[in-house]
Amino acid sequence: MYKIVKKENLSTNIFSMDVLAPLVAQSAQPGQFVIVIADEKGERVPLTICDYDKEKGTVTIVAQSIGCSTKKMAQFNEGEYFHDFVGPLGQPSEYVNEDINELKKKKVLFVAGGVGTAPVYPQARWFHEKGIDVDVIIGAKTKDLIILEDKMRKVAGNLYIATDDGSYGFKGMIPSLIEDLVVNQGKKYDLIVCIGPMIMMKFVCIMTKKLGIKTIVSMNPIMVDGTGMCGACRITVGDETKFACVDGPEFDGHLVDFDEALRRQAQYKNEEAEKNGEHVCTCHKGGAN
Amino acid sequence: MNRFERVQISEQSPEVRSHNFEEVCLGYTEEEAVAEAKRCLQCKNPQCVTKCPVSINIPEFIHEIAEGNFGKAAKILAKYTALPAVCGRVCPQEVQCESKCVLGNKGDAVAIGKLERFAADWGRDHDVEVAEAKESNGHKVAVIGSGPAGITCAGDLAKEGYDVTIYEALHKPGGVLVYGIPEFRLPKDTVVKHEIRNLKKLGVKIKTNVIVGRTVTIDDLFDKGKYDAVFVGSGAGLPKFMGIPGENYNGVFSANEFLTRNNLMKAYEDGYDTPIKVGSKVAVVGGGNVAMDAARTAKRLGAEVWIVYRRSEEELPARVEEVHHAKEEGINFELLTNPTEIIGDEKGWVKGIKCVRMELGEPDKSGRRRPIPVKGSEFEFDVDTVIMALGTSPNPLIPSTTEGLEVDKKKCLVADEQGQTSKEGVFAGGDAVTGAATVILAMGAGKEAAAAIDKYING
Ligand SMILES: Cc1cc2nc3c(=O)[nH]c(=O)nc-3n(C[C@H](O)[C@H](O)[C@H](O)COP(=O)(O)OP(=O)(O)OC[C@H]3O[C@@H](n4cnc5c(N)ncnc54)[C@H](O)[C@@H]3O)c2cc1C
Ligand SMILES: Cc1cc2nc3c(=O)[nH]c(=O)nc-3n(C[C@H](O)[C@H](O)[C@H](O)COP(=O)(O)OP(=O)(O)OC[C@H]3O[C@@H](n4cnc5c(N)ncnc54)[C@H](O)[C@@H]3O)c2cc1C
Ligand code: SF4
Ligand code: SF4
Ligand code: FES
Repeated sequence: MYKIVKKENLSTNIFSMDVLAPLVAQSAQPGQFVIVIADEKGERVPLTICDYDKEKGTVTIVAQSIGCSTKKMAQFNEGEYFHDFVGPLGQPSEYVNEDINELKKKKVLFVAGGVGTAPVYPQARWFHEKGIDVDVIIGAKTKDLIILEDKMRKVAGNLYIATDDGSYGFKGMIPSLIEDLVVNQGKKYDLIVCIGPMIMMKFVCIMTKKLGIKTIVSMNPIMVDGTGMCGACRITVGDETKFACVDGPEFDGHLVDFDEALRRQAQYKNEEAEKNGEHVCTCHKGGAN
Repeated sequence: MNRFERVQISEQSPEVRSHNFEEVCLGYTEEEAVAEAKRCLQCKNPQCVTKCPVSINIPEFIHEIAEGNFGKAAKILAKYTALPAVCGRVCPQEVQCESKCVLGNKGDAVAIGKLERFAADWGRDHDVEVAEAKESNGHKVAVIGSGPAGITCAGDLAKEGYDVTIYEALHKPGGVLVYGIPEFRLPKDTVVKHEIRNLKKLGVKIKTNVIVGRTVTIDDLFDKGKYDAVFVGSGAGLPKFMGIPGENYNGVFSANEFLTRNNLMKAYEDGYDTPIKVGSKVAVVGGGNVAMDAARTAKRLGAEVWIVYRRSEEELPARVEEVHHAKEEGINFELLTNPTEIIGDEKGWVKGIKCVRMELGEPDKSGRRRPIPVKGSEFEFDVDTVIMALGTSPNPLIPSTTEGLEVDKKKCLVADEQGQTSKEGVFAGGDAVTGAATVILAMGAGKEAAAAIDKYING
């Protein structure tokens, strides 16, 4: 059992938790993830490691309640326990092992979509602590869904906000903001790291490919074990099938087949909807509505 | 009584069982077990024993059953095997112990497996204490993986007084016994849990949710954990795919994914959160136990199922009993058939499978006749789900994070007969060393390694 030592609501449906898991905290690195099982009947939910404290033995996760399992998790309070908490899984971010002086020469832009802001924050902080200021874009549908703005401002070089509805910051989608920065404002970036919903990463990659900027994405396909055992998480990168849980989750976004990945992510949509108590017509098999 | 005829065992009828997940075989009653045990000739030089990987004294335990001393039979079994209730259910007896039973020359071999299961179940139901541990000897051993190899190694060492901790990546101990083999062949709450409980009674500690190579490394276990030796029983869990077009369409699953969702995550039971997808027409590719389990699980979830296998019935690697049960349950067999492509609809969901007929040519390295495609025999049939059960290979995580641990071309850990690997103090056995094999072979390897570890530590 894994104790929730701290809980915070970051927006109406996004929550942050510090979970006591000393062995995981001990080995965690940026870019990796954990799998959480809320209670005995829970499913294995993959969540990015947003932060960790080796001394306290805690790992911070941030999740958005979108379906059965994340809603269940949201009901847990400080002092309560998750049934299982396993990790760290996946490969650490590439830059962790890169030469610091080489990194200093690079101009990096982090692009965070929605709940993806949470894992971007410690990465931006990591650079900040090393004396490198990275630019950050936080994008969301609307102002209320922007999280961690103040914290991010303290560690980012330039912080840009974009909302689809224009309720805050730049009005429009993130790719248009990137285009605006690079084409109209003359910003130069050597590397973009993009974390967020798959559909957003797809369109960011289309834009950055056009602009010729290398882009790393953090893939979040459906997973079961997270250790390479089931193949549920397979995605196509270049011409190869990769298991995101062991080969990733970070990949070169320009090589990822996003259309396939998006389709595969919706594979259990009907079954999930049933668990959420919505009625979905399943008479047409695969009704990928 | 006809000495050459096996006492019939009761089973759930195919019509009933293909709609539930309860155990197919109901086991012998006491009277039936005694009658079957009495058929054994108590050979002076029992050939059956030579084909049991853990050399169970078969005539001895069968004799006790014949005499009605069921508890004694259970105790005899416990001397040789940590998992009699499991092996009695899942060993491929027809190619092991029972294949050499003298009665088999003229009639039915003694039902050794069914009797083993009977004695073990009886012992469990009557709380027969089967094992005890010696006093602690102060030495610590870490065991990685809680499948049959790890369980056996841990149990044997605990009995000798070692302080043993098992590290398991998943959230439940048992390895394939829990995530792979379905409830209808191996009940989890009774049989598997009981075996794990016995292990704990011996003082073995089990730490789930620890992935060696990620959460901790083998070197951490030595340096920080102060273990004297490590046993690696991490199995062969990586699924293979065919590499044919269309394999990433929605509706194509590895048998591991399908079975894990169903067995480990209990997707078939109400109230559990993990979803499972089974269409109305399912093709399962492969012919081993894994394929049979996936097919019969899909059937129980309501689908119409075809096994697609590239060789003929004779070469099916699955246990004969499973093939027989699968047929009874109405699983269709497309033998001498190999998929060449999976066909998807415009939204990327499986809608069919393209296959080619095969014929058998000369024997290949495995000694089985090699399947060769028949020119011009391609055909398609409609399915909405494809489950790949093509075999598995060991996970590279442990060797890739442990300096000095050698693997062979097939990514299997290199270890000698006693389980010694290329790294001092590290032993290995089971599927991690041999590639996917059987429960009893993994147990045999765990046993050997336990003896070798004892020797390594205590000289
Ligand atoms: C490596 C990795 C890291 C992740 N990190 C985070 C994180 O830090 N914070 C966070 O909130 N989420 C993260 N996710 C996504 C998270 O795992 C899913 O949101 C969660 O499993 C959904 O479960 P549910 O039962 O609540 O919703 P479901 O009922 O399963 O799904 C609701 C809807 O979301 C879609 N969906 C299903 N799985 C995913 C998925 N993996 N990603 C996105 N949409 C999905 C479904 O198609 C469905 O329509 C991560 C996923 C992966 C693989
Ligand atoms: C569906 C199916 C049906 C089968 N049917 C039969 C049958 O009828 N009869 C038969 O004899 N055999 C059968 N087998 C084969 C048999 O189950 C295996 O040969 C046997 O379980 C191997 O035992 P093992 O202990 O080596 O490995 P496993 O049982 O695979 O156990 C390995 C354990 O190690 C854990 N692990 C892996 N990596 C790590 C890590 N890095 N850190 C920590 N833990 C780790 C795994 O999670 C797992 O729990 C079947 C297999 C399958 C998949
Ligand atoms: S363990 Fe397997 S091979 Fe040995 S006697 Fe029992 S059923 Fe036969
Ligand atoms: S070979 Fe057959 S008859 Fe002889 S001891 Fe073994 S089980 Fe009994
Ligand atoms: S989640 Fe099972 S292989 Fe990646």
